[in-house]
Amino acid sequence: MPDVTKAQTTDAATVDAVAPPAVDTPAKESGKKSDKPRSLWGDAWYDLRHRPMFWISSVLLVLLLVIAAFPGWFTSVDPRDGDLVHHYLGKPQLGHFFQPDWFGYDQQGRSIYSRVIHGTRASILVGVGVTALVTLLGGLLGMLAGYFGGWIDSLISRIVDIFFGLPFLLGTMVVLNAFTERKVYVVILALACLGWTSIARVTRSSVITAKQADYVTAARALGAGTTRILFRHVMPNAIAPTIVVATIALGGYISAEATLSFLGLGLSDPTISWGIDISEGSKVIRDNPHTLLFPAGMLSLTVFAFIMLGDAVRDALDPKLR
Amino acid sequence: MTTIEETRNVPEPRGAAGGDVPLLEVRDLHVEFHTRDGVAKAVNGVNYTVSSGETLAVLGESGSGKSVTAQAIMGILDMPPGRIPKGQILYRGEDMLTMSNDARRKIRGSKIAMIFQDALSALNPVLSVGYQLGEMFRVHQGLSKKDAKAKAIELMDRVKIPAAKERVGDYPHQFSGGMRQRIMIAMALALEPDLIIADEPTTALDVTVQAQVMDLLADLQREYNMGLILITHDLGVVADVADKIAVMYAGRIVETAPVHELYKRPAHPYTKGLLESIPRLDQKGQDLYAIKGLPPNLTRIPSGCAFNPRCPKAQDICRTDVPSLHPVTERDGGGLVGRGSACHFWKETIHG
Amino acid sequence: MGRYAARRLLQMIPIFIGTTLLIFLMVHILPGDPVRAIYGDKAPDPAQIAQIKREYGFDKPVLEQYVHYMWNLLQGDFGKNLAGRPVVDLMSEAFPVTLRLTLLAITIEIIIGVGLGAWAGLRAGKAADTGVLVFTLTVISIPVFVLGFIARFIFADELGWLPPNVQDSTDFSQLFLPAFVLAMLSMAYVARLTRTTFAENLRADYMRTALAKGLPRRRIIGVHLLRNSLIPVVTFVGTDVGGFIGGAVITEGIFNIQGVGNLLYRAIQTSEGSTVTGVVTVLVLVILLINLLIDLLYAVLDPRIRYA
Repeated sequence: MPDVTKAQTTDAATVDAVAPPAVDTPAKESGKKSDKPRSLWGDAWYDLRHRPMFWISSVLLVLLLVIAAFPGWFTSVDPRDGDLVHHYLGKPQLGHFFQPDWFGYDQQGRSIYSRVIHGTRASILVGVGVTALVTLLGGLLGMLAGYFGGWIDSLISRIVDIFFGLPFLLGTMVVLNAFTERKVYVVILALACLGWTSIARVTRSSVITAKQADYVTAARALGAGTTRILFRHVMPNAIAPTIVVATIALGGYISAEATLSFLGLGLSDPTISWGIDISEGSKVIRDNPHTLLFPAGMLSLTVFAFIMLGDAVRDALDPKLR
Repeated sequence: MTTIEETRNVPEPRGAAGGDVPLLEVRDLHVEFHTRDGVAKAVNGVNYTVSSGETLAVLGESGSGKSVTAQAIMGILDMPPGRIPKGQILYRGEDMLTMSNDARRKIRGSKIAMIFQDALSALNPVLSVGYQLGEMFRVHQGLSKKDAKAKAIELMDRVKIPAAKERVGDYPHQFSGGMRQRIMIAMALALEPDLIIADEPTTALDVTVQAQVMDLLADLQREYNMGLILITHDLGVVADVADKIAVMYAGRIVETAPVHELYKRPAHPYTKGLLESIPRLDQKGQDLYAIKGLPPNLTRIPSGCAFNPRCPKAQDICRTDVPSLHPVTERDGGGLVGRGSACHFWKETIHG
Repeated sequence: MGRYAARRLLQMIPIFIGTTLLIFLMVHILPGDPVRAIYGDKAPDPAQIAQIKREYGFDKPVLEQYVHYMWNLLQGDFGKNLAGRPVVDLMSEAFPVTLRLTLLAITIEIIIGVGLGAWAGLRAGKAADTGVLVFTLTVISIPVFVLGFIARFIFADELGWLPPNVQDSTDFSQLFLPAFVLAMLSMAYVARLTRTTFAENLRADYMRTALAKGLPRRRIIGVHLLRNSLIPVVTFVGTDVGGFIGGAVITEGIFNIQGVGNLLYRAIQTSEGSTVTGVVTVLVLVILLINLLIDLLYAVLDPRIRYA
C-alpha cells in the first residue's frame, strides 16, 4: 500500500475546518468513556478545565480579589502619604520588589505601588457591584418581558429601547456630573442605571427561545405552575447567555469607571482610583511615563482577566462555536 | 487486509467506457477522525468500483461510513480532524489522493459531482440560484456572466423547474424542497460529469416528491451515461434504480450483491435484519422486526466482526476474527457473480 | 421595503421622544445648578439668579420646559448656551469635525477588523488564531484613554511621526492617529466577530458544496464565505455608533480636537443644559437613523429577511 499521508493535503485540508463529516460524524455518537451524555454545564466545565485562558484568568482574578480585600498584606505604606521633598516623581526601582519605590512616586511624592494596590478595591467593587445590579435588574426585566410577552414585553422593550438610544458613557457622565462627592456606590448606581439594557435584551431573547422548547410545553401540559416553569425550566436553560454577557461586561464596567474617573466625573478624592491616577500621570507622561504606565497596566490587567474569563466561559457554554 | 475484489467479476455494465480501467475505483480506503474522545475509525478498508452508466447503491445506518467514503472521494473531508491513513481512490486509473490540489479541484464539479442531502443548507442562502448554477460555467469554462446565466436557465429547464427564466434570480429559500433538490441536481449536472455521488438525495423530501426527484436523477443518468453512487439508508429507493448494492457497517462493506439478488437472498445477518425490518403489508398486525442494540461506537469498534454484539448468529469466532469479504457461491459451489459477504457464516445465512 | 421603512420611521418617534425626555430630565432634575455654576465661588445676587432663570425658563415645571424645548427644536431652534451663543452654531462647528473623525475611524475599524478576523477565522485553533485572540483581548482590556495617551506618547512625542494635536481636522494625516485610537476598541470587536462568523460559516453545508463544485479557494472564501459572514459585522458596526460617540469624548480630549465630544464634555462639566440636550438630541437622531439604515442594508445583504 503506498504511503498516502502526504496526499492528505487536498483542498479539503487547505480550506481547513470546512464542514464536519455530516451524517456520519463519528464524534457525534461517541460519548465519553462512560458513554453518558454530558450535560451543558458538565460539558462546559470539561471544556473550561482544558482551556489555559480559563486558568490564567482565574489565577489573576483570585490574586486581584485578595489584593482588593487585604491591600495591607501587600504594602504597609499609606497611599495618601506624599513626601514632596524626597520622593517628588521618584523613578521606579524595578528590582525593589514590593517596596514602596518599586513603581516610583507621583507628583505628590506618593508611592505609586501603594496606590496601585489600594486602588484595586474600588475597581473590583465597581465592577462586581454594577454587574450584580445589572444582572438582577436587566435579568429580571428581560425574563418578564420574554416570558409573558404581550403588553409587558412591549412596555419593557420600549423602555429598553429608550435607554439604549442614549450612549452609555454620555448618560453616566451627565448623571455623575450632578454629584459633587462621588463615592463608590454613586458610581455603581450611575453605571447600573444606564447599563442594564443589554442584559435585558439578551435575557429576553434567550427566555423566548427557552419557553418555546418542547420540555416547557411538556411541563405546562403536566400542569406545572407559572413560577415553577419559570424558575425550574425556563431560567436554568436561558441563563447561560446572560452569564456570558455579564462576565464580559464586568471588565467593561471597570474600564468605564476608570474612564469616568479620568474625565473627572468618576470616583473622586479621597477614594483611590486607577483612573484618577492615570489622569494625573498623563500630565507628566513625557518625562515620567511610569506615573501613567503602572496604574494603567494594573487596570488593563484587571479588565483583561475578567474579559478573558468571560471569553472562556462563552466558548465553553456555546457548543455552536466548537 | 485480504479483501476480495468483489466487483471484478461483474460483467461490463451497459455502455461502459474506458476499457479495463473502471471509472472510479476505491481501494482499501481507511478514514479516521481524531476527536476529543479518541480516534474514531469511520472507514476501515472499503473497496468498490463504479463504471460509466452504472449505479452503485451504498446502504447503511448513519455512522456506517457511507457518507465519509463519499466525502473522501470528493476530497471534501474535513482534514483535520479527518485523516486518510491508507488507501487509494482511482479516477480512471489515477490516484486522486496523490494528485496536486489544483488537479484535484479541476476534477471536482466537472468530472465528479455531488448532490447533497439537504439542499436548503447546501445551497448558499445569500446568492441567487442562477448565480450558483452559473458559477460552475464561469469557473470551469470561463464563461461570461451573461452566458453563464443563459446556461443556468437552460439547466433549470432541464431539471424541469417551471418558469426557469423568471426564477433564475430567486434565492434558495424561495423554492420548495423538491425544486431546491432539482437545483442541486442541476448544479451537479452542469458540466456533464462522468460520475455523480448522491448523498441521500431524497431523504429530506416528502414521499411524493421523492419518487419524482429519483426518477429525474435516473433519467438524467441514462441520458448522460454517468456513473452514480447513491448513498442511502432507504432500501425502497435502492430497489428501483441501483444495479448493485454495497452494504456498509462500522466502516466496512459487509455485503455486496446485484440489487435483486440481495433482496431475494441476503448473505449477511445484518442485511437480513435490515430487510426484515421493512414494514410489509402482508405482516399487518405483527410486531415489526428490529435489529437489537445500537450501531457501535467508532472509537471502540468491537473486536472480530463489528456486528457481533447485535448478531443473532454470533459465535466465538465472530468475537475474535475479522471476517473478510468471502465470495458467495451457490450451495453447489457455483459462482454467483458480484456477490460477497463478510460473515463467517455466510453459507448458513444465504442457504438457511 | 418602502412601507417597512415608513413604519420604522414612525416607530422611531416614541423612542426619540423617550430618549430625549430622559436626557432632558437627567439634565434638569438632577442636582447641580447651571446658573450658580457661572458664578463659581462668588455669592450671586438672588434677584439676578431669578432673572436668569426666568429668561431661560428654568422656573417652569420640567415637563413644560421639555415641551417648550421640543417645540422650538422642531423649528430648528436649539436655544442658546449660558454665554448667549446659539447651540446650533456650536454644533455646526463641531459636528463636521467629529463626522470626519468617525468616518475615518469606521473605515479603519472595518478594514483592519475584518482583515484580522478573517485571517484568524480561516486558521481557527492555530497559532495565528490564538495570536489574534490575545491581541484583541489586550486591545479590549486597555481603556481607550490609556491607549490614546500611549499612542500619543509613542507616535507624536517620542517618534514625532504625527502631530500630537489636531489643528486642522480636514487634514487626514493629522486625524489619522486619533481616528486609529478611536477605532481600536471597535476594531477588536469586529475582528472577534468576523473570526467567529468565519469559523462558524466555514463549517456550513454550503461551504462544502462550494468546495464540491471545484471552485478555487479564493472564490470560496471571497464570495461564498465573505457574503455570509459580513452580515453580522454590518449590524455590529451600525449598533456601535453610540460607542464611538463615547470614545470621541475621550479621543477628542486627548488630541485636542474641537469636535462634538469635546463640546459635550465641556458642556457637561459646566452643567450647560441646553448644549448637552441639543447635542444629545442630534446624536440620538443620528443613532436611530443609522439603525434604520442598517436594518434596510441587512435586507439587501440577506435575502431571507423579508419586510412586510
